[in-house]
Amino acid sequence: MPVAHKSKFDFALPECDGDVLQISELKFSYPDGHQALYGVSLNLCQGDKVALVGPNGAGKSTLMLHLNGILSGQGHVNVGGMELTHENLPIIRAMVGLVFQNPDDQLFSPTVFEDVAFGPLHMGLPEVEVRARVSEALDQVRMSNFRDRLSHHLSMGEKKRIAIATVLSMRPQILVLDEPSAGLDPRARRSLINLLRDLPISMLVSTHDLAMVKELFPRMVIMDEGRIVSDGLTMELLDNEELLEAHGLEKP
Amino acid sequence: MHDNVFDRFHSGESLLHRLDPRVKVVVTVIFIISNVLLPDAAWLAFGLSWLLLLGANMLSGLGIWFSFKRSFVALPFALAAVTAIFSIPGNALWNWQIGLLTLTATDTGVLRFLSILVRSWLSVQMAILLVAVTPFPDLIHAFEHLRVPAILTTIVAFLYRYLFVLTDEVMRLMRARESRSATLPGHKSGGNVFWRARVVGNMTGQLFLRSFERSDRIYNAMLARGYQGQIRTLHAHTMHRADWLYGLVAVVLILSLHVVGHFPLG
Amino acid sequence: MLYAPAPMHIPDGFLSLAISIFSWVMTVAILTIAIRKTNKALGERQVPLMGIMAAFIFAAQMINFPVAGGTSGHLLGGALAAIILGPWAGMLVMTAVIAVQGLLFQDGGLLVMGANIFNMGLLTAAVGYGLYRTVIGRSNRTKLIVAGLAAWVSVMTGALATSLELWLSGTAKLNIVVPAMLGVHTLIGIGEALVTVAALAFIFRTRPDLLGEQSVSAKGGRGWVVAGALITLAVVLLSPLASVDPDGLNRVALDLGFFATETASPINILGGYAIPFLGETPLSRILAGGLGVLVVAGVALLAARLLRKRTEST
Repeated sequence: MPVAHKSKFDFALPECDGDVLQISELKFSYPDGHQALYGVSLNLCQGDKVALVGPNGAGKSTLMLHLNGILSGQGHVNVGGMELTHENLPIIRAMVGLVFQNPDDQLFSPTVFEDVAFGPLHMGLPEVEVRARVSEALDQVRMSNFRDRLSHHLSMGEKKRIAIATVLSMRPQILVLDEPSAGLDPRARRSLINLLRDLPISMLVSTHDLAMVKELFPRMVIMDEGRIVSDGLTMELLDNEELLEAHGLEKP
Repeated sequence: MHDNVFDRFHSGESLLHRLDPRVKVVVTVIFIISNVLLPDAAWLAFGLSWLLLLGANMLSGLGIWFSFKRSFVALPFALAAVTAIFSIPGNALWNWQIGLLTLTATDTGVLRFLSILVRSWLSVQMAILLVAVTPFPDLIHAFEHLRVPAILTTIVAFLYRYLFVLTDEVMRLMRARESRSATLPGHKSGGNVFWRARVVGNMTGQLFLRSFERSDRIYNAMLARGYQGQIRTLHAHTMHRADWLYGLVAVVLILSLHVVGHFPLG
Repeated sequence: MLYAPAPMHIPDGFLSLAISIFSWVMTVAILTIAIRKTNKALGERQVPLMGIMAAFIFAAQMINFPVAGGTSGHLLGGALAAIILGPWAGMLVMTAVIAVQGLLFQDGGLLVMGANIFNMGLLTAAVGYGLYRTVIGRSNRTKLIVAGLAAWVSVMTGALATSLELWLSGTAKLNIVVPAMLGVHTLIGIGEALVTVAALAFIFRTRPDLLGEQSVSAKGGRGWVVAGALITLAVVLLSPLASVDPDGLNRVALDLGFFATETASPINILGGYAIPFLGETPLSRILAGGLGVLVVAGVALLAARLLRKRTEST
């Protein structure tokens, strides 16, 4: 629910009915009984760039894993108007580009080209199309010269960008990133921020890096203990020091 | 998150939990050997063997049906044993003609088959109980005492230690693969089997490299903490009188089964 | 289930005591040599490495690749381990993996573990490395092709050994189990070959030094080539023989005293276990057995209930 009080800014977030992503009352418990999500609802629309913040253990990663069906809980997840069910999971996976925090978890092919090509290849696209998509994706992350490099030998920042390329090649509707700037040196971080700013794609990004949130994401969602506690204008929320402190956040 | 999957140990304070692990291992193996040595169709003896097993379950404090509930894993080898029905000489039950092959099922064959299943079922239950009442590091230690070469037990100890770490990595690799395994309507997805095998080969190679390069760091960390080649556990193992006693009782009970099994009653 | 058992782990009860012990003797003998050789060549630092490699093989066996119609293939890894780590270390690593699978997950029995280690850990490593050793100095492409072949043969060898052990224990009919096992494993072997080759190709591209001239992989002696060749020959000759003319092999086995089936005929022992009105027919014996099981189960259930009542009432 958006924070509902008189805004001291002269703009507000547009009304969003969730044409890109619609999560309704998502509940999830792990097999060992620990409940991670207590009814989470969230809408994302075309072009939205939303930051997901909160302390560790708030359920951010858990929530993200529901978006491409790796985890499945009670409630509804709707991607681009399509309800996420077991049957249409393979189609949803092309629409949701999920990038994990540790790029080593994402890259498993020997060369960059093969990793970025995996998605399109699996989708059964013809070779010409696959090559075109790989070039396109590498262009988007500005790593075109890395096409034939061995993933094993790349730096952390380079791996992170390649990891993003591996999902971009599937032309997703929404990019879901888990802690993209974690572990990056200032230069790599700056490079990543520029990249994310220029990507014309809806995104939901979980992060601790509030400075990056302030720079890139007009809308911010605060999660704590499996619930969404706040969803609204970044600038407003970042001004509310009590709120930030209550949920383990520090004003940048 | 999935530690439970790899931990077959159920903690408790029962008699079986407190027994020396060496005794438990030896008794388990003797039990298995005993079942194998019981002749085909020695149903009474098998039944008593099962009672012994249920008794052991009760002693463990984990419930009388503990190993029973976990014992019904599908056995592909049951299919192999089915052919025993046709290979032991005896009174013919029925004939089958499959092409040039004539298969004759015999009564002794059927009894052999059923006996194999029962032996296997009893043995696996005892093995399940063994790991349920003995922490794995203690089990490794028991094997050291039983003269298994130290290099092997140490490798197993390391395997156990890094099992969770590496299987975690495998799960994440498979998760990454799953996340990018999408379908586009109108296209046949999944690639061909050669490509899929290559992806698995890549994941395997990737896993190998990470493990290999990790082993250097691990070795250094261990050296830094005084590793000299021995893995230690908390429980020092000495055989007490109780251990000898219970071990002996168990062995005697098992041996007595053979009196029943080998000598027909009347 | 995270972990999927392969169809080569023999459970307890499927092999006779004689065959189990015989397999243990062979396994212990070979492992003793392996330990001595590894200690000499590698020393204490390599033990953590082998441990992690064992964990690697274990974890790698979990990766599935969909084959067709919902079934999946899994790597066994004996040939791969031997090619990467050298034959003796490969054997130790596979032994650890099979031991943990049997002990912790009951995937494979305890008494029959000697046979399982022999089939899946020792034979596969020996023939896998033996065949690979023939192309040590050659191009990577040659190495990959031969490695694939070696992996396939290793799986077939393990399958044949398993079948023979089952037959000699009186568990299975030779001319059914051999073609069945070998037939199934022909396909599994192809999967093994593909994954092994792909994994090696990956390593060739990223860390070629690990498989190069100076690596452990190249250090094995030429004796392995002989071993690999002999085993392959045995597999090639025995497989059709066992499938087509079991009598020949039966006779050989009898002469060598392998068959343990000549114990007292079970029919006498069953003398007292017939159901009266059905008489001494085999059907009655089978029913008698079934009844026995029900009786024991009934007794157990009753005992459990009584015990529970007792604790509840205190």
